[in-house]
Amino acid sequence: MDVKDIIKEENLVYSKSKVLTDNIMHYCPGCTHGVVHKIIAEVIEEMGIQDKTIAVSPVGCSVLAYNYLDIDWQEAAHGRAPAIATAISRLHPEKYVFTYQGDGDLASIGTAEIMHACNRGENITVIFINNAIYGMTGGQMAPTTLEGMKTATTPYGRRVDLNGYPLKITELIAQLPGTCYVTRQSGHTPAAVRKLKKAITKAFENTGKNKGTSFIEVVSTCNSGWKMPPVKANEWMVENMFPFYPLGDMKDE
Amino acid sequence: MAKVRGAIVVDVEKCKGCGLCAVACPSSVIALAKEVNGKGYNYAYMANPEACIGCANCAMVCPDSIISVYKVKLEANA
Ligand SMILES: Cc1ncc(C[n+]2csc(CCOP(=O)(O)OP(=O)(O)O)c2C)c(N)n1
Ligand code: SF4
Ligand code: SF4
Repeated sequence: MDVKDIIKEENLVYSKSKVLTDNIMHYCPGCTHGVVHKIIAEVIEEMGIQDKTIAVSPVGCSVLAYNYLDIDWQEAAHGRAPAIATAISRLHPEKYVFTYQGDGDLASIGTAEIMHACNRGENITVIFINNAIYGMTGGQMAPTTLEGMKTATTPYGRRVDLNGYPLKITELIAQLPGTCYVTRQSGHTPAAVRKLKKAITKAFENTGKNKGTSFIEVVSTCNSGWKMPPVKANEWMVENMFPFYPLGDMKDE
Repeated sequence: MAKVRGAIVVDVEKCKGCGLCAVACPSSVIALAKEVNGKGYNYAYMANPEACIGCANCAMVCPDSIISVYKVKLEANA
């Protein structure tokens, strides 16, 4: 059978979600941000909530996420997405409100906002992209940077005596009674993508049921910041990130 | 036994040549072209089209969502 006989409208089994725009993403080749955008778009499309979803974008590489997901967005100052999401969710309790934040945004400058929003149990979903580095600004150390990991500001590797310990903020957030669902996922294989999709679906459903804060960490790559080709970055993540940031649910109530 | 055949369409001008699709493919269908697209990237293509089973693994991991997947069931003696 010829390839051109297979490529026909009636045989289409998978294509880009309609919730994604046709804009070319500005992300580096192989960046996890694109994978997570795709999964969010698919969940929104499958749940039929495109006109009921309001997202808050961070400062970081995903600051321009509103160019790619065709939903309502509000841009927040660095780290302040959970505060903005609090206001939106309280003013529009019928909407599905989520923040999309990097680890520099959420676990560094925005630590206070995320902790208190989760502790208040704001009815929002948080998508936390942990690539262990500040991607946008050129690969500086983040609170989540692994011990020994080389970054622009730790050229000889992160030293605990000098730079402190890598922060497992998701474990801290799981302790807060305001959160109903806390999980750590990834998106590097088809199986991981399927699991992440289930997790995002559950989180959005929780928001629909007014259950409090759902928090999804996605262990991610920043191949530019890590100075590795994309395929190598995924391998490095499995080898080095997963032992310290193990995948799985921490809380599901 | 019904056999399946698949095929993918890569939006060549949007492909950034990251190669994650090639790793995710269980049938070693995908390779990166020696030629480059308008942005200078070695884009993904079906180097081994007969082996495609239309599983959509490649499309699922593509960060830029630029792969469409097609699949047909073949009759036993087709
Ligand atoms: C108030 C303020 N401080 C610092 C910056 C500089 N800045 C821009 S992005 C960023 C960190 C981004 O890292 P992360 O949140 O991990 O996102 P990534 O780019 O890795 O996706 C910083 C420090 C800023 N824009 N505003
Ligand atoms: S710098 Fe890192 S996080 Fe930013 S787009 Fe590139 S790979 Fe992604
Ligand atoms: S659809 Fe499956 S078999 Fe075909 S190229 Fe993609 S990953 Fe490979």
